[in-house]
Amino acid sequence: MSEWLLARPELFLSAAGLLLLLVSAFRGQRRAGSVTNLVLMAFALTLGLLFVGPQEGTAFGGMVVADAFGRFMKAMVLVASGLSLAVAPGFWRRAGRAQPEYAVLVLFATLGMMLMIAAHNLMALYAGLELQNIALYVLTAFHRDDRRASEAGLKYFTLGALSSAVLLFGLSLIYGFAGTTCYVGLQVLLASPAALQPGLIAGIAFTLAGLGFKIAAVPFHMWAPDVYEGAPTPVTTFLAAAPKIAALAMLTRLLEQALPGAVSVWQPLIVGLAVASMLLGGFAGLVQPNIKRLMAYSGMINIGTLLVGLAVGPAHTTGIEGMLVYLAVYTAGVVAVFGVILSLQRNGQAIETIADLAGLSKAHPTLALAMGAALFSLAGIPPFAGFFGKYLVLLAAVKAGMVALAVLGVVASVVAAGYYLRIVKVMYFDAPPDEPLQLAPETVTRFVVVLTALAVTLFVLMPAPLMDAAQTTAQSFISP
Amino acid sequence: MIQGFPFLSFLTFLPLLGVALILALTQRGDAAQARQARWIAFGTSLLTFVCSLALLKFYDPAVPGFQLIEKFQWIPSLNVSYHKGIDGISIWFVLLSGLLSTIAILSGFAVKEKARGLMIALLVLETIMIGMFTALDFFLFYVFFEGVLIPMFLVIGIWGGENRVYAATKFFLFTLLGSVLMLVGIFAMVLHTGTSDMTVLIGTKFPHDMGLWLWLVFFASFAVKTPMWPLHTWLPHAHVEAPTAGSVLLAGVLLKMGGYGFIRVSLQMLPDASAFFAPMMIVLSLIAIVYASLVALAQRDMKKLVAYSSVAHMGFVTLGIFSGRVEGIEGAMMIMLSHGLVAAALFLCVGVLYERVHTREISAYGGVAVRLPAFASYALVFTLASLGLPGTSGFVGEFMSMSGAWQYNKIVAAFAVLGIVLGAAYMLWLYRRVFLGALEKDDIKSLKRLSLREYAMLTPLLVLVIWMGMHPASFRDLFAPEVTRIVAAIGPVMGGGAP
Repeated sequence: MSEWLLARPELFLSAAGLLLLLVSAFRGQRRAGSVTNLVLMAFALTLGLLFVGPQEGTAFGGMVVADAFGRFMKAMVLVASGLSLAVAPGFWRRAGRAQPEYAVLVLFATLGMMLMIAAHNLMALYAGLELQNIALYVLTAFHRDDRRASEAGLKYFTLGALSSAVLLFGLSLIYGFAGTTCYVGLQVLLASPAALQPGLIAGIAFTLAGLGFKIAAVPFHMWAPDVYEGAPTPVTTFLAAAPKIAALAMLTRLLEQALPGAVSVWQPLIVGLAVASMLLGGFAGLVQPNIKRLMAYSGMINIGTLLVGLAVGPAHTTGIEGMLVYLAVYTAGVVAVFGVILSLQRNGQAIETIADLAGLSKAHPTLALAMGAALFSLAGIPPFAGFFGKYLVLLAAVKAGMVALAVLGVVASVVAAGYYLRIVKVMYFDAPPDEPLQLAPETVTRFVVVLTALAVTLFVLMPAPLMDAAQTTAQSFISP
Repeated sequence: MIQGFPFLSFLTFLPLLGVALILALTQRGDAAQARQARWIAFGTSLLTFVCSLALLKFYDPAVPGFQLIEKFQWIPSLNVSYHKGIDGISIWFVLLSGLLSTIAILSGFAVKEKARGLMIALLVLETIMIGMFTALDFFLFYVFFEGVLIPMFLVIGIWGGENRVYAATKFFLFTLLGSVLMLVGIFAMVLHTGTSDMTVLIGTKFPHDMGLWLWLVFFASFAVKTPMWPLHTWLPHAHVEAPTAGSVLLAGVLLKMGGYGFIRVSLQMLPDASAFFAPMMIVLSLIAIVYASLVALAQRDMKKLVAYSSVAHMGFVTLGIFSGRVEGIEGAMMIMLSHGLVAAALFLCVGVLYERVHTREISAYGGVAVRLPAFASYALVFTLASLGLPGTSGFVGEFMSMSGAWQYNKIVAAFAVLGIVLGAAYMLWLYRRVFLGALEKDDIKSLKRLSLREYAMLTPLLVLVIWMGMHPASFRDLFAPEVTRIVAAIGPVMGGGAP
């Protein structure tokens, strides 16, 4: 029974998902809005369940684990999913595709993410990942009459399936050479260096390649700009925020709880991914005219910085601590940016390019301010919240003796600042064009924008709660 | 009265109260609202300056170390405190920030477009500047040091001239690149000592090699900010394109962040490395002085000329600081204060002319003194102060900085004298071309007289420039004991020592 209690948030969410699927099948076609609201309520209740009841332990034969780290990550995923779902309905109404399945699919993707975070066994990891992925493929192509969305969905699916195959191959190699899929077993086995056979090393490399695709780390990033651009903007919002949290949590747990003994194998690989992501994300973003593509590159640079926190290895809790803070503030920043994009229209069309934002500061100063705050936060400029995450992650790198990596990190952040500045420039310095920017009618979207922008701006006044929570979480994660 | 009252925080965040009032009481758009916003901004910044004068009363130069300390836990997980305090060095920069912000806001009255936004940006700038000079925790220091970029970027980019986007972006990225390198230095210091408390770091002795690396990353940051040759290339663009209010704060206060950093961090925390790199700094300073003066001679744009003269003056500042002698550092302080007033005043004068004639080309002027004799006398005093005439503020600092350089090495001093001669040349030539000569051009013949507001901006600066020249002791007395203590602490290393 206690096992069921440990998994109560996931169980509740899956029950709610199944129920809502039935509701939408029978009554929902005209009531997409109320299904969305019900899903949001389910998220809120799940968030509550995370903090009520038994907290620590493994369940179902060590398949899943509940701990402080998982709770932190799951809470972030639920908030990110909730926020990106809350900004969606207006877009779908205008696109003529206001259907209840959208919200339910978001719910199932979120459920998959929670399972990914909780996974303490390679099998559970894969099950969670695929649940998430399949929901995401469908979501990307949800706007089925839109050719670009269908194209993006197909691309995402094909490459996603390929990467899943690579991942599975890696996992099977690990299983073949270690004889277990259980994290605890792997950890015990790898405690002796002799266990690190070539086959296992290859397995770890393939696994990292597969997972690198999921987080769009360079050089496994090719899908990201196309999918970000082609997917409907609410889906892009969701893609940019929640799956990154889940995939990083999963990666962290895999590397630092199952494979700490193989740190000599995965550390250089993660460093390589981090360096490549920061450099390519920084420089390739400089020339992007499309704002959604730009956010894909911005995502790469942020993933690169996050991977620095992972690269410092299990010896330093500051890395994990920084990742947690960074993910939280990154999510808020990304949701704010996409919220602004979703709030605006020109000639009844959703905006696409950076140039579309011209004159925003004059037409809608609050949105421009919010966008500015979110961008400066993403760039890691103090006093905005992004700086605190960047500080922790790079501090960890210096602590671990990776000074060159830290220097690269700060330099990449300057390059990224270059393209964020370009957006600020368009909003504030360029003359507005003839057709004015119109506001989309939904106040919810604007509310989310203002909320997240205030969060990244006012964080500086009271950083202690989040930073303390991240510290205790990271410490309990490394030395339970 | 001061016990227990967080006076420095009060000063730092008072301008934000003005921002809140502007946001609450005025709307965008109409002119009456903009006027209201201007007066609110002026009122708050004047109040901040008047309150900051109380620091002169509270600060006791006889007591070593930092005073008016405020400290409480801010981020326990990082061992970072909200820690503020002032000493004889930083008190002057707080006062300078207060004064120049008030004057900049007054000069911003002339801006008609988005006036309310400009006022908000200038008040935020004031908060950040005062916050930086009073920060005693490196984390807090860095937040302000880098945070200053955002409002300045917007001030240049929104209210600037034709090429403002290029200038604003260049300013932002140049200085950001410098300051992020400093961040890595801060990491190394924090990890070495376990704290980011600057008062602790000042007493820490870093291993020699580590000290050299640290010194270099901080150098990157402060040298861009100061700016030192060859990292000065952002400055002329930023100055030319910035609105007058932006130029005033940029030249008056933001550049001083570099000099302040050199004293506070390079000299106080890393004296060994400072001694090691002093010859390089001296050479770079000399190049800056001579090169920037020569470039200034060739300028056709008034603002660019003043911008290059700033580079030259800041060369005297770094020369004085890295001579490591009491006179040199005192001279650097005097130059920074004097340049804060004089450069601000010169930019205001250029602004006065620009608002009337709408060009900064020197050749478009001539004979202004015939039409506006009173204004010409003001400008003459500032010109003479800039070239360091005895009796004005410019003389004292240059003289002391030079005598520090003389003690360091006589040849160095000889080169620096060349800079003073060139300084006299370009400033006097500028004055002759703009103010003297026959009144021929139509634009100049119909120049409007200065308004009361414009006299109100220039007069306080005039008084201070002469006061500082006539009685430097009233300024020097407050920072001299601190400088002597600093040199006593690092003296043996730099080869100087207390006099």
